[in-house]
Amino acid sequence: MEITVRLFASHAAVARADRLTVAVPPGATVGALRAALAPMLGALAARSLVAVNAAYANDGLRLGTGDEVALIPPVAGG
Amino acid sequence: MTTGATFAGGSFRITSEPLDAARVHAAVASPGAGGVVVFVGSVRDVNDGRAVVSLRYEAYTAMALAELERIGAEARRRWPGTAVAAEHRTGELAVGEQAVIVAAAHAHRGDAFAACRYVVEELKRRVPIWKEERYTDGGARWLGSAEAR
Repeated sequence: MEITVRLFASHAAVARADRLTVAVPPGATVGALRAALAPMLGALAARSLVAVNAAYANDGLRLGTGDEVALIPPVAGG
Repeated sequence: MTTGATFAGGSFRITSEPLDAARVHAAVASPGAGGVVVFVGSVRDVNDGRAVVSLRYEAYTAMALAELERIGAEARRRWPGTAVAAEHRTGELAVGEQAVIVAAAHAHRGDAFAACRYVVEELKRRVPIWKEERYTDGGARWLGSAEAR
């Protein structure tokens, strides 16, 4: 299945894009998605938090078609 | 552009328009709230020894609002009877402009201070908002949470 990953701030600057689309097997985990992103984002993919459907997700969560996925750089609000 | 959510006991807003401390205060004030604490965070002129001209804030708005609602719910669980509200600005801000406002109301001031502090600290730790500093020497960089403290 194809997963579109939203990128923000420093990640979007590095990738020169605000989203990337990657192909992963059906039912792939967040951890597998990280591995699939590594060729495009290098170490950023391993270091960043991942959000699924607007909440932080751990690496064991299984992804489904239509999930909203985002890679979250270190936050700096306030 | 403004996106926000209002519900019983909390009100949160992400906006590119100027913030309004009176509006955030009004969102939590009630006859039973003897103490209201309002925190205002502004753009500072120097960070890490470099003179700052402006900041640009970017938010993942849908998740920022969801995370703020979770933080508000946590504050209400820890300090029952608390009402909390927060606004965060996005886009380009000059030195001195208000970037974030958090208000907490409670029957008593101790719990109002504690709840306000909790929401401010958790916002800075968890809510997906980023800032790019632009300096008088022409440089710019995105801050990570470590550098931004």
